[in-house]
Amino acid sequence: MILKISKHKNHFTVVSGILIVIGFLFGFMGVEEVKSLGLIAATIIASIPIVVKALQALVMKAFSIELLVTIAVIGALIIGEYVESAVVTFLFLFGAYLESRTLEKTRSSLKELIDMAPQEATVFRNGDQVVIPVEEVKMGDRVIIRSGGKIPIDGKIVTGKAMLNESAVTGESIVIAKKEEDYVYSGTILDSGYVEVLAEKVGDDTTFSKIIELVEEAQESKSKAQKFLDKFANYYTPAVVLLSVVVYLFTWNLHLAITFLVVACPGALVIGAPVSNVAGIGNGAKNGALVKGGEVMENFSKVDTIVFDKTGTLTKGRPEVTDIKVYNGFDTDELLRLVAQAEKISEHHLGQTIVKEAQTRNLDISSVPKDGEVIKGNGVLATVEGREIVVGNRKLMNTVGLEIGQEAVSYAVSREKAGNTAIFAAVDGSVVGILSIADQIREDAPKALAEMRKSGIKKIVMLTGDNQHTAEKVAAQLGIDEVYAELLPENKVEHVNLLKQQGYVVAMAGDGINDAPAIATAHIGLAMGEGGTDVSMETADIVLMADKLMQFSHAYSLSKATVRNMKQNTYFALGIVFVLLFGVLMGSVHLASGMFIHEASVLVVILNAMRLLRFQRKDIKIETRLRAQSQT
Amino acid sequence: MTKAVLQLEPLTCPSCIKKIESTLDKTEGIKSARVLFNSSKVKVEFDELQIETIQVERTISRLGYPVLSAKVS
Repeated sequence: MILKISKHKNHFTVVSGILIVIGFLFGFMGVEEVKSLGLIAATIIASIPIVVKALQALVMKAFSIELLVTIAVIGALIIGEYVESAVVTFLFLFGAYLESRTLEKTRSSLKELIDMAPQEATVFRNGDQVVIPVEEVKMGDRVIIRSGGKIPIDGKIVTGKAMLNESAVTGESIVIAKKEEDYVYSGTILDSGYVEVLAEKVGDDTTFSKIIELVEEAQESKSKAQKFLDKFANYYTPAVVLLSVVVYLFTWNLHLAITFLVVACPGALVIGAPVSNVAGIGNGAKNGALVKGGEVMENFSKVDTIVFDKTGTLTKGRPEVTDIKVYNGFDTDELLRLVAQAEKISEHHLGQTIVKEAQTRNLDISSVPKDGEVIKGNGVLATVEGREIVVGNRKLMNTVGLEIGQEAVSYAVSREKAGNTAIFAAVDGSVVGILSIADQIREDAPKALAEMRKSGIKKIVMLTGDNQHTAEKVAAQLGIDEVYAELLPENKVEHVNLLKQQGYVVAMAGDGINDAPAIATAHIGLAMGEGGTDVSMETADIVLMADKLMQFSHAYSLSKATVRNMKQNTYFALGIVFVLLFGVLMGSVHLASGMFIHEASVLVVILNAMRLLRFQRKDIKIETRLRAQSQT
Repeated sequence: MTKAVLQLEPLTCPSCIKKIESTLDKTEGIKSARVLFNSSKVKVEFDELQIETIQVERTISRLGYPVLSAKVS
């Protein structure tokens, strides 16, 4: 019965609305009895769902706005104000309907995310390909994904290659190439190609499921201001009932007391802050920045100092060959090919970078070096295809007695000053090339940092375990205020603590694992990492899914916008309450108009929060503008 | 101890949270109940020897909130 009533609430609204119109029509024709009858019928029909809700809440010892309305309507019927009773109940139901529709909109970002969840999977079972619901995929299943399909699990590609759109996980709507041994994530879409993937994480363990759960929890967690408002509402509602009784006792004016009861309902006040939060967090999630709750949003907006880890956060974290300089007419690729084969015996990351560069250039490095010798920290010596190769730093060249020409020396110094590591390569007893290797700064770093400064960051600090020289180079390129190099993880914690003691509100951004202590120490901890590791998703307050600094900047301005929105809603709601109370006491606001203003104010705060859904990253705006221009 | 996540129809009034949570908390066998208002979900922890998932579902439905689906773990 109760279930049916709540299901048909909208029908009650429509019927009561029609009855009101009929009542007024008869009223115009002068048939007052029918008018009253129609309005009473409208009141009763619209009251049914309201009274049911009020009683349900009362049984649970919870005061609800429905209870206030019920009391007011009964009062209005007693004093014969049928127009008011009918209009108030109708407006209340209609307002609730509009609220639920608009509320759905503020939740839409999360819903869009959930809708990206895969439904079914094609797997090999007993040698056959079968399509099964995604819940039934087990760890170790071999899953097939064709072009246009969704990846249903997390795992490594066993065969095939494809172009994938990972926006469900990273918030970045770009297509990237994946091949054998690459990791793919549930929820991402296979744009073109064909892959078979071995399921490693299934069901609720996938990164995608974790993101959804994290966002759901985040939207639920309340900020300090919100908790205060909730408490306030708990006392406020009974207080309003008491006050209206007092008003009645003093004035003996039942009409005034009832009006007071209705207009003082705290609707917009209670819903104002949460809707802003839900919309803000939803926007972040869609753009790849997971903000863990309203309190984080509030604290993040107050941050004035950002501490960055260097390697992997401001830089790509992957050293790359940035330049190969050759002398004596040697061919670049030929030199790289010889050097890379010698470096195959080295485990040093610089050596591996050279090997990787040769592989990406599709050079044949299959031959096995002879008489290989690794001089730790300096380089390698080896014979490749009958030629003597020496690769390493200056010290190694001096040790084996190779002379470096004046031109090469000055070139190497200039490369080092630009932040590279210079590696000398000698073939058959003469230095013929210099390879420059650098961990490059992320492309979006300068722009993101500049934008954050514009949004209100006063101080940017860099902490790194790397050497002073490289650290200063990166800092100078990015215009960072303070640099501390050659630090251990515990030193980073000390620096963050020091900044906190100096009164700064500090956000620390790192790659999640070795920076975890410092991330946990800061007021706000941000973890960056492609796809987000489990550790970083747990320790950090904000997780940047796409490993993009621009997402950092977006999250920062979003937090400011969300808090601003929340304040607007709260002040607006408070203002409306005072205007209404004042209006009632002055006698210029009546029951029906009071209810109208009340419902309208609730809609206004929801609509205001919805603006946050459209809050966009600046680079997206620019991109779309460029696209629009290129089309015209 | 069994954990279940129940998906409800979209919740619209914050007062529903209190209603559902306090009713479930009073129900025998249920250790904890939490309503996620924005995703319209209820997370319940209960003793499977004292109460079944279907009973939890029925309790919530009787309050006026139909349960769309349940995930037990």
